[in-house]
Amino acid sequence: MAAKTLTIDGKQITAEEGATVLQVAREAGVNIPTLCHLEGVYDVGACRLCLVEVAGVAKLLPACTTKVAEGMDIKTDSERLRKYRRMTLELLFAERNHVCAVCVSNGHCELQTLAYSQGMEHVRYDYTFPKWNVDTTHRLFGMDHNRCVLCSRCVRVCWHIEGAGTKNVSGRGSLSKIITDLNQPWGQAASCTECGKCVMACPTGALFNKGVTVGEMERDRDKLEFIVTAREKKQWIAE
Amino acid sequence: MKIRLATVWLGGCSGCHMSFLDLDEFLIDLADAVDLVYSPVVDVKDYPENVDLCLIEGAVCNEDNLEILHKIRARTKVLVSFGDCAVTGNVPAMRNQFGIDNAENVLQRAYVENAQNNPSVPKADGIVPQLLANVVPVHEVVHVEYFLPGCPPPAARIKSLVAQLLAGTAPKQEGEQLKFG
Repeated sequence: MAAKTLTIDGKQITAEEGATVLQVAREAGVNIPTLCHLEGVYDVGACRLCLVEVAGVAKLLPACTTKVAEGMDIKTDSERLRKYRRMTLELLFAERNHVCAVCVSNGHCELQTLAYSQGMEHVRYDYTFPKWNVDTTHRLFGMDHNRCVLCSRCVRVCWHIEGAGTKNVSGRGSLSKIITDLNQPWGQAASCTECGKCVMACPTGALFNKGVTVGEMERDRDKLEFIVTAREKKQWIAE
Repeated sequence: MKIRLATVWLGGCSGCHMSFLDLDEFLIDLADAVDLVYSPVVDVKDYPENVDLCLIEGAVCNEDNLEILHKIRARTKVLVSFGDCAVTGNVPAMRNQFGIDNAENVLQRAYVENAQNNPSVPKADGIVPQLLANVVPVHEVVHVEYFLPGCPPPAARIKSLVAQLLAGTAPKQEGEQLKFG
């Protein structure tokens, strides 16, 4: 494969053709915040937290779905990017009911961590306080739509790692909703294999193991990594 | 001149004030630097004039909260939203999810549906304040200078902010010091 040379934050970098800006930046030790990205499943550019500036391109581009090109000059941190990242986070908090103090993922949440690492000390937009339910019909797992950021990680692991295709997104805009099968209660979704990969993939407290209470939902990503490594490198490396 | 400090308790559980008391020996240093002119731990009934700094715990839930908040803003130089309820609405604001009649519905649920004796919603004009239609964070009602998230903010976080304010610098809080929950 042809090599591409580009610049990230002033650093000269050589990358393989077909690689994404996010992959290349991470390999070069440049940290770009992400939320919907999950190693091992394809990227969709849903959350807009990984936006970067590319010289000569007026709009901001998501690092996770932008492929490297020869001569690209990329900035991953600027006043403008910080402004938009913070705005994106605030809108996520305002859109649903993220009550960290009483959330199963308090202390282990990617949204919560992103918020403080990006300096979000309050939300400038009015909270919308929408009414969402909690689906606890499944034998093992629960889904709290109040905490969902619609990153679709659960949908992607369900389809592309487990291959079950139970999870889907219905609706449009802020009324979008993660559903199981044809919008049935999760407990009645016949295609669910009860593998729990969606729960492992969730960045917030939206998907949880039944029986956990505030702050107890610590995710075990090792199983996902194990399968992804096996698939991509043909190596069965167990912890 | 000592700094005139106030702390108030709106719609919250008082956990932020408990955390404030967790400042331990820093409270002794603080006592040398400030006059505590109004607080749940001070027996002063009316919010005074010319307050330099006020830490506000709790969300804005009822008419009393709303009234005193406007008074506080008019009489105070620097306001700090103190803890998640003040900053986000937090648990008190969860009733907003129940829609337009949420105030009435939660009162019905608490005082009528779940009551074993004398099911009735308490009503005493001028004594029991009316609930607002929606619970809102402090900065949606008045301008707030600084935010101190946490449920409650740990004592070290409070100390860091208060010490910076007493030193006359604009407080800089970052990273985990801004963690909600």
